[in-house]
Amino acid sequence: MAEVMELRKTALNGTHRTHKAKMVDFGGWDMPVEYSGLIAEHMAVRTGVGVFDVSHMGDIQLRGPGSLAAVQQLCMNDASKLAAGQAHYSAMLYPNGTFVDDVVVHCLSANDYLIVINAGTREKDVQWVRKQIGHMPGVHVNDFSDYYTQLAIQGPKAAETLQKLTSTDLSTIKNYWFTWGQVCGLYNVMIARTGYTGEDGFEIYVPSDEPTSSRVWGEVLEAGKEFGILPCGLGARNTLRLEAAMALYGHEISDTINVLEAGLGRYAKLDKPSFVGRDALLEIQAAGGPKRKLIGLEMIERGIARDGYPVMALDGTQIGEVTSGSPAPFLKKNIAMAYVPVQYAGIDEVVAVEIRGQMVKARVTALPFYKKPKKTA
Amino acid sequence: MSYPAGYRYTKEHEWIDVSGGSGAVGITDYAQNSLGDIVFVELPKVGDVLEAGKTFGSVESVKAVSDLFSPVSGTVTSVNEELVNAPEKINSDANTTWILKLTLTDASQVNGLLTAADYEAFISEETGH
Repeated sequence: MAEVMELRKTALNGTHRTHKAKMVDFGGWDMPVEYSGLIAEHMAVRTGVGVFDVSHMGDIQLRGPGSLAAVQQLCMNDASKLAAGQAHYSAMLYPNGTFVDDVVVHCLSANDYLIVINAGTREKDVQWVRKQIGHMPGVHVNDFSDYYTQLAIQGPKAAETLQKLTSTDLSTIKNYWFTWGQVCGLYNVMIARTGYTGEDGFEIYVPSDEPTSSRVWGEVLEAGKEFGILPCGLGARNTLRLEAAMALYGHEISDTINVLEAGLGRYAKLDKPSFVGRDALLEIQAAGGPKRKLIGLEMIERGIARDGYPVMALDGTQIGEVTSGSPAPFLKKNIAMAYVPVQYAGIDEVVAVEIRGQMVKARVTALPFYKKPKKTA
Repeated sequence: MSYPAGYRYTKEHEWIDVSGGSGAVGITDYAQNSLGDIVFVELPKVGDVLEAGKTFGSVESVKAVSDLFSPVSGTVTSVNEELVNAPEKINSDANTTWILKLTLTDASQVNGLLTAADYEAFISEETGH
């Protein structure tokens, strides 16, 4: 009899099942992939508001007088530029310039940083952090991953929804900043204006006990009712981030893809004196830059390009592979991302995707595919 | 979910509605529910010769591709062109949204297919409830 590894569960697992969500194994976690329907959930986030349980993500705290130096060594972006209450997108790299994981670094103070990491790489990341900077003076590493239930409230109506539940004036929190406030009657909850959907939105971090978690979840759904809020699963999470061309570990970024190929060089501050992977990136630049590039594709003939499908030049030679591909529910097109040699990466270049034996034409497009509309004051 | 008593079914979740020597083929309510929002249907062509148990096209949701298997052998006489621009019709009404119609080469093949009751029993076994 085969041994079955029991899937890990967030505190809201019972709640998702009560909603009759379709559940899926995501990196060893029993997670909701959709509730009422992927397309409806996607559209709710683009036009109103949606709420996601993202508690499976991890949280590493670095604390102590040496914590800034540790973050600087560990992550490619420049954390010394972060004010208390500010966060930024960054990544931890291997010495060869490829990705351990992409992260969001939050500066609580000069002595206290919170690094939010992917669910699928939790243990790997914690080991990596301890190994890379554990010897540095004045820094203590804590894994707080199980400590929080993390909810992402996303969409043009996210602020109005969350504002009903907090006394903190959300209009004072700028994009990628965070604060601590009262939420749903809980004190000292972290409220961050971050997300993975390409829309305005917040992530709140509440205690991970089941009663608190399910109560907050219920109150968010109640507050968002007038805006048509829907609970949203990993299916919509993926189509939303794909439209916004945000990278997913294991797809656009991985331990075989470097920062410059991924088009994320603007987050790698090479003028920092030192960080893991810096030298490799400088070498790649000195050698003329990356030889392949991440591109966007839009299908121009009928067909859906999916993860792993070959990308071909029109003469039939394979030039790459789709990293992520799917119908885009808001844009109503079939889109994909792929790595191809730089000579095929020009906008409007026509290539083909091999879809179950057929060559189906696609056009190289600029990234992102979708940008949220600018708010008029 | 409902499974019309007059249809026959396959374990791959197709139905066939046979009358005389012709049949209309679609996918079951269970299949459309498992797939989620259907966004693409790959249809065969009129005149295609299909073999029982072999694939003739596919149905795609946002997340997945599902092959379609012909319940019987026969020749395609028409395909539901509406599904090119409105594939979601299958989600709204799987039981009346046919995908193709065909003339059967061997009507006795229908006897080997599942009845509605067999199919319902099969699904409860598959899903464990």
